[in-house]
Order: sequence, then C-alpha cells, then structure tokens
Amino acid sequence: MMGGNELYVGTAILLILIGLATVLVKRNILKIALGFSIMDTGVNLLIVALGYLPGRTAPIIDSPELFSDRAARIVDAAKVVDPIPQALVLTAIVIGVGVTALMLAYVVRLYAATGTLDIDEIRRLKW
Amino acid sequence: MKQIVALVAVVLLAVVLWRLVPLAAPTQLGPVARHYAEWGVAENGGSNLVTSIVVNYRGFDTLGEVTVLFLSVAGAGFVLRRRHGLVVHEPIPASEIVQTGARLLFAPVVLFGAYIFVHGHLTPGGGFQGGAVVASGVLLLLLADRDRHLPHGFLGLLESLSGFSYVLAGLAGLWAAGSFLANRGVLPLGSWNRLLSAGIIPVIYMVIGLKVGSELAALLDVMMHAAGGDGEEAHR
Repeated sequence: MMGGNELYVGTAILLILIGLATVLVKRNILKIALGFSIMDTGVNLLIVALGYLPGRTAPIIDSPELFSDRAARIVDAAKVVDPIPQALVLTAIVIGVGVTALMLAYVVRLYAATGTLDIDEIRRLKW
Repeated sequence: MKQIVALVAVVLLAVVLWRLVPLAAPTQLGPVARHYAEWGVAENGGSNLVTSIVVNYRGFDTLGEVTVLFLSVAGAGFVLRRRHGLVVHEPIPASEIVQTGARLLFAPVVLFGAYIFVHGHLTPGGGFQGGAVVASGVLLLLLADRDRHLPHGFLGLLESLSGFSYVLAGLAGLWAAGSFLANRGVLPLGSWNRLLSAGIIPVIYMVIGLKVGSELAALLDVMMHAAGGDGEEAHR
C-alpha cells in the first residue's frame, strides 16, 4: 500500500487543507498570510509528488550509467523521475516568496492605517 | 456559522483533491517528459535536466516568471514606500555575536550563492536558489547593523541590466538559430558535465541569479526599514 507516493500526496493535500482552513477561520491577517504560505507549500509538494516515480533517481545526469547511448548522450528515460514538475515548482517557490512579501507589505500598511490586525474590524471600514 | 462554512469548504476541497489526484504513482514518463529526459543532455549539453527545461525548453515561461517576481517585489516596495503613520519602534542594536558573525559569514554566503547559480546546469540549484542565498547573506548584514542602507540605485541598475541581458540572450538565439532563446548555435555546447558547457544556459542562469539576488536584497532593505528602522531618510 505505501510503496508509491501516497505519503507525499496525502501530506501535500493535508497542507493545502490546513492552509485553506487557516485562511477561512483566522481573523488575524498575519495568520491569514501565513495560511496562504502553507497552502503554497502544499501545492508545491503536490506537484513534485505527482512527478515522483518510485525507485528512480533525480533528473540530474551526473553519472555515465544513466545514459542508454553514451556516445550520442541519450539518457535512459526509465532511470529518472519526471523533471517537468520540478521545473515548475522551482520558479513557483521564488514567486511564492515574492507574493508573501507583497502580502506582508499590505499587512504592515493595513496595521498602520487601522491600528488593528483583526480582519473583522478592518471590514467595517468598507465604503 | 462562519466555522461551519469554512468546514464545508475544507471538506469539499478535500474530496475534490482526493478524487482528482491519482494516488498510484505513474510507472513511466509522459511523452513530453520522456523527450526532455532522453534528449535533454544531447540537445542542451547541461547535465541538470530541470535546468534545461527551466532555461531552455521553457525559457520563455521563465522570462514571464521573472517578470512576475519583479512585479510582486515592486508592488511590495511601492506599498511600503512612505512611512508616515507607520509605528516605528526603536531598533534594538544587534549583539556583538550577531555583528561579528554576520561580518564573518557575509562573504562566504554570497560566494556560495554565486557558486550555486554558476553551477546551475550541473548540480541541483540555479539562478533562483543562488539569488535567494545571496539575498540571505545581505539579510545577515542588515540584521547586524540596522542603520545600514543598501545602495538602491546600484541594485536597481544591476537588476535592470540582468533583466535586459536575459532578453538580449534570447535575441541572440533568434539571430543565430531562428527562434527566441534558442540554445544551439549561440555558444558551443561543450562536453558533458563540464563547467563550460550547455551553451547559453549558464549565462542566462547567472543573469537570473543576479536579478533575483538584487531584487530580494532591495526588498529586504525596504521591509527592514519600514518595519522599525530609524530616521526619515530611509526611502528613495
């Protein structure tokens, strides 16, 4: 049962759900930003887990044993995991950092403007 | 009431994700991934297939992603640009240990970041990760000395120049090989697993490293001085 990637997929889904619950339930906007960050981590882990194939190595061809045709430098595709999800997540992590910074900047400005971090208090200022 | 709605939403998402995501691991690569895995080294020369995809096969997407990062950092800088109304705490001076440690570690950390993005086509890592490591070195410096201001003009110039060089490298591919960001024909691919290999990929990844590093460093400086810095002269 636990031979595949159930553990990684399950953990990733759990992280996404924890993040969503945090965003929906918490009233402190700092914690809401934290919830988005947790959800971000879960999504990244889910994407990487979907590309994981048990028993294979990382898609870095640092050993000649990974080639199926050494002269033409053709790699044996049965020996490496899926490189595409890793490439997608690589940039998503850094962009997640930038987006988190933007959220926190808004938190700082909101606190300066309203004197509170409670999202219900801030909602009353709607016009 | 609010808790119930939240619980329903969470349960619904759980059901959707559980049904949507295939639990059993796939046994072989899809057709696109298979081509990248088999031909990545032969076509691009770099031994890190992830880097081959990020910088070459999907290089245009990465240009877009670099732009997204720039926009979010520019947005954060814009939101924090004025400080009136912000609660300013008196900064607590860093201890002797932090100051000495930061001075000792700054150069090795920045050097390590540069190592990571120079070797992006050979080892795990690359421009994004190396840039983040360089920025963490800058963060050490800022933590040790809260009055320090980074030269925003220089960081902006470095960042613009690296973004411009990325587009220039893409145009070189258009000129030499007939497609934007093409790798073949611009620089020699070199031999497998050498530092000077993979054509234009290491050049582009170094440029990305410089861009991400300078962007994140400028962001850290802005956040540091907005969140409890010193006098009024902090911002450009």
